[in-house]
Amino acid sequence: MFTPGLYHILFISTALFFIGVFGFLTRKNLITILMSVELILNSVNLNFIAFNKYLWPDKLDGLFFTIFIIAIAAAEAAVAIAIIINLYRSHHSIDVDNAEEMKY
Amino acid sequence: MNLTLLILVPLITAIALLLMRNKQQVKWLALTGATVQLVLAFVLLFTYRNEVASGNAEQFLFQQQYDWFPSWYISFHLGVDGISVAMILLTAFVVIAGVLVSWNIDRMPKEFYFLLILLSFGAYGFFLSLDLFILFFFLEIAVIPKYLLIGIWGSGKKEYAANKLALMLMGGSALVLVGLLGLYFSNPERTFDLVKLSHLDIPVYIQKICFPLLFVGFGVFTALFPFHTWVPDGHSSAPTAGSMFLAGISMKLGGYGCLRVAAYVIPEGAKEYADIIIVLSTIAILYGAFATMMQKDLKYMNAYSSVSHVGFVLFGIGMLTKTAITGAVIQMVSHGLMTALFFAVIGMIYERTHTREVNEMGGLLKVMPFITTVLFIVGLCSLGLPGLSGFVAEVTVFMGAWEHPDFFHRFATILACMSIVVTAVYILRAISRTAMGPIKESYSNLTDARWNEKLAAIILIAGIIAIGVAPFWLNNLISPGAEIIMQKFSVAP
Amino acid sequence: MLNATTIALIPLLPLAGFLVLGLFGRKYFKNSSGIIATILLLAATILAIYTAYGYFFEYGKVNGVYEKFIPLKYTWLQFSEGVSIDMGIMLDPITCMMLVVITFVSLMVHIYSLTYMKGEERFATYYSFLGLFTFSMLALVISSNVFQIYIFWELVGVSSFLLIGFYYDKPSAVAACKKAFIVTRFADLGFLIGILILSFYSGTLDFSALIQRLTTPGSAELSAALSSSFMGISALTWAMVLVFIGAAGKSAMFPLQIWLPDAMEGPTPVSALIHAATMVVAGVFLVARLFPVFALSAPDALRLVAYVGAISALLAAIIACTQTDIKRVLAFSTISQIGYMMFALGVSKYGGEGGLGYTASMFHLFTHAMFKALLFLGAGSVIHFIHSNEMKDMGGLRKYLPVTHITFLIACLAIAGIPPFAGFFSKEEILSAAYQNNMIIYWIALFTSGLTAFYMFRLYFGIFWNKAPSLKERAGGEAHAHGEGGFAMMLPLILLATGAAAAGFIPFGNFVSSDGKGSESAFHLQFSIAPVLFGLTGIFIAMWLYKKENNKPDIIAASMNGLYKSAWNKFYFDEMYLFVTKKILFNLVAKPAAWIDKNVVDGLVNATGNTTMFISKKIKGIQSGKVQQYAAYFLVAAIAVAVLFIYWWK
Repeated sequence: MFTPGLYHILFISTALFFIGVFGFLTRKNLITILMSVELILNSVNLNFIAFNKYLWPDKLDGLFFTIFIIAIAAAEAAVAIAIIINLYRSHHSIDVDNAEEMKY
Repeated sequence: MNLTLLILVPLITAIALLLMRNKQQVKWLALTGATVQLVLAFVLLFTYRNEVASGNAEQFLFQQQYDWFPSWYISFHLGVDGISVAMILLTAFVVIAGVLVSWNIDRMPKEFYFLLILLSFGAYGFFLSLDLFILFFFLEIAVIPKYLLIGIWGSGKKEYAANKLALMLMGGSALVLVGLLGLYFSNPERTFDLVKLSHLDIPVYIQKICFPLLFVGFGVFTALFPFHTWVPDGHSSAPTAGSMFLAGISMKLGGYGCLRVAAYVIPEGAKEYADIIIVLSTIAILYGAFATMMQKDLKYMNAYSSVSHVGFVLFGIGMLTKTAITGAVIQMVSHGLMTALFFAVIGMIYERTHTREVNEMGGLLKVMPFITTVLFIVGLCSLGLPGLSGFVAEVTVFMGAWEHPDFFHRFATILACMSIVVTAVYILRAISRTAMGPIKESYSNLTDARWNEKLAAIILIAGIIAIGVAPFWLNNLISPGAEIIMQKFSVAP
Repeated sequence: MLNATTIALIPLLPLAGFLVLGLFGRKYFKNSSGIIATILLLAATILAIYTAYGYFFEYGKVNGVYEKFIPLKYTWLQFSEGVSIDMGIMLDPITCMMLVVITFVSLMVHIYSLTYMKGEERFATYYSFLGLFTFSMLALVISSNVFQIYIFWELVGVSSFLLIGFYYDKPSAVAACKKAFIVTRFADLGFLIGILILSFYSGTLDFSALIQRLTTPGSAELSAALSSSFMGISALTWAMVLVFIGAAGKSAMFPLQIWLPDAMEGPTPVSALIHAATMVVAGVFLVARLFPVFALSAPDALRLVAYVGAISALLAAIIACTQTDIKRVLAFSTISQIGYMMFALGVSKYGGEGGLGYTASMFHLFTHAMFKALLFLGAGSVIHFIHSNEMKDMGGLRKYLPVTHITFLIACLAIAGIPPFAGFFSKEEILSAAYQNNMIIYWIALFTSGLTAFYMFRLYFGIFWNKAPSLKERAGGEAHAHGEGGFAMMLPLILLATGAAAAGFIPFGNFVSSDGKGSESAFHLQFSIAPVLFGLTGIFIAMWLYKKENNKPDIIAASMNGLYKSAWNKFYFDEMYLFVTKKILFNLVAKPAAWIDKNVVDGLVNATGNTTMFISKKIKGIQSGKVQQYAAYFLVAAIAVAVLFIYWWK
């Protein structure tokens, strides 16, 4: 049976990362941008787990980090959505291009 | 004498001012604070003289030292010698006169007085501190209030002037900071302490790098040519008391720094660059004087003449002889009193005529004899009339400069001497156009000075005359300090 | 006996007057200020005469030589070892002589002004300024230190400035006081630099030490001062020339004479005191004070003094012949007479027979003070009466002003050098001194003495004779009302006239001489005939031209058109100075300086600020506020850094 190696997983996580980056840079909807960020975070998670499993299987550091990141991602999502809701209240839109008051 | 008192009094006054409720309280509190400062300055003068008379030959008296930031060897180190005592007296005189002159200020008096007193706090600290870091700290404290004083209470192009002044002075202090750090990191003891530094042998190449940084840095404060352009704009836009403090105290911070820090700690560097200093200051003296001739606004006029007069301070320092340096310090004190008085008078005239244009005035002697008499006195002091302080200072500088027998110094001195004629021209122009001549119809019912203005003028005139008539006390106060500075220049010319 | 307090009181009493009247006069002594000042000055005069008497007849002479005494010396400002400004008193013959002259003339002027300045709004101020002037002038002559002289030199300058500008609302007075101050200030620059050079070489500022060091042959100081030179002229000569420039400025010598005629804008008694009798001779006094150095160590400088004096004497006399403002005539006559004193010093030698010029100069200073003060006060009476300075408004006044007429005549005879009046004796001495040393100057002096007699009598006849007056139309009929101004104005005239008539009989040479030994004033008949003849000729020409109203003067003036015109315009010196100051200094130096400051120096500062602004404006677009753009930058930068680390950072 085909067993996926480290490289396969790294390939998937890299792909996931760049999909996330692409989404972050091109999408205008803040929710989508948030989702892209989640993708990026998860690609990192994948990396951690993969390295942990294949390179230092007797250690758990990678797993801990992954759990840590998931927790942070949850918190971050909560904060981000709070910001987005506030933004919607003030701008009546969640388009990122409309929120550009913080320029020069 | 506890020197900390001198710093604490203005600080406490400033903080207490913020707690005051109405204008009356603010004014009287500020005046009380200023009076206490003046009294303390006199107490300092007399205890210092007693101490010296009783045979205390230490360089800095009444030293106090507390650890401030021990891991970086920064300590809160205070002490005075004759030069600092003279500068503190000057500050006290100018502060009380400034407070009196702004008696009728309407706009945010609490904040105004707070900033004035804060400025004096910085100045006292600067003149007292023997630790270069603390010195720098106080220097910065003295800069910020100026920005606000001009920006908020100023007139004319006040934002422009405030920005220009603050930026140029900040640039100057940046240079000072770099120079100080250079000294700090190049000396083996890692110390900011002035007394210790002056006994260390700082490598010559370091001195050559640090001296221009420090001298130019402080020089910006003292209107060193060509970094003087903040002076005219800053002075003319500032409120009366602001101009007085700016010219009377703040410009002296630079002169004192040039002398105490640059020349004293870095003697080799000073020798190296002395000629350049002389050239620049001679240019400032003459060029400032000629530029003054063309001014039509009284405040601009006095600002440019300040450039010329303060040139004598740097000129004296550049000459590196004891007499010339003594003269430079006397000139600092004299010019401080004189120019403060000049700005005060201009302020008084402006308040009445609502113009500072010389050509629009005339014959004011008839309606305001007191103010114009003061104008006469201060003008004559400015052109170096004997019996007033300006003469003593200039003559001492000239005598000191003439101790150099070579052509270069002689030539520079003669050029500097020429300024006394140019000064006479512009001062007399200004006086005769404002005070003399036929009076304008619209000015014929103006009033003379009020009690506060009279008091301020009399205090400053007392200082000017005290130096002019009896210069020996000031000379005796200053020259030992100048002597010690001169000992650092082993090959005295 | 010699008492420092007594002598110190002489200048201090007028100073007290200045302080009291200056500070409180306007309020408390509005009317009594004149009396107070006069009483103080009377006291000073008595003390001065007492001092002079004591010096000349009691203790002054030690072993047959008038010694210099320094009863008081106080270090005022110490520069370095040995070099200090001292405030002190030095008594020697010329000091004592000057003390008497100054206090006496000043007292006369004080008394005279009681009436003359009555009703003036700033009466108290006037007297306080007079006090300031008298104080500074007295302190000047008792100075024991070069810098002390300089200090009071400036102070008399400023009191002169204040008094010329006394009528401050008159634009011409304002211009005149400015001019007087600035011209003398320019000369003082020379004086100051001269002092600096002297102090450097002699290592002292003290007169007696300085003179001694710089006149002892072979002393280290003298040889240093002689050996170092600049442009081929020794440092000492430079120093003395520069000091003389100061003296020439104050004494209104050629070419710095321009300020004195304008200074006549001041009140007339002030002109009598400051611009005729005392302050303007300060230059002569200074040269006399440093005379040993001039004569023994810097003969070239002394020669310059002689020629400048002679040129001034001649030039001013020529100009005086054409002026029509009576005070200006007197001003030019003052310049001319001071020129006499100057060249008398210039042709003198040190000690013995050759020192005649020195004695003569001081003698002339003394007599001139008397008759010139008298002339001015007399002119003051005339002006007071007629309310005009112009000669064309006058004539036939001898009936209205008898006392003034007689005293003015005495003064004119004295200045013209007619025996037995004072001027005759002093002028005769000057001429014989000139004859001994320099024939060119002798002839100039002789010719000038004729001119002097001419223009003085032109003035005299023009005022008191000539056409009959019709006072009603000119002075509005009220001219008769106050007559000659009463006792207070007459007393000074009479006293000064006595002085002008009798002062010549003082055996001056016994008291004042260049080396203090004293000399017999020899009377040389052959030297007195020529000047008297010249003088009488001048008087007769003046009489012929001006005694009766006629058109001869106009015809003569027209026939000498070019000369007359240029003399009337004071040989265009004012215009030349104006050209130099206005066109050159003002337009070519001051204006560019101000322009450069505004545009170049300040321009650089502003350019720094503007450049910063410009750059920030260009790059501020990066801060677009668009989060995704930031992220893109971030990404690119991160990749760049990564590439950098991987490939270049080995």
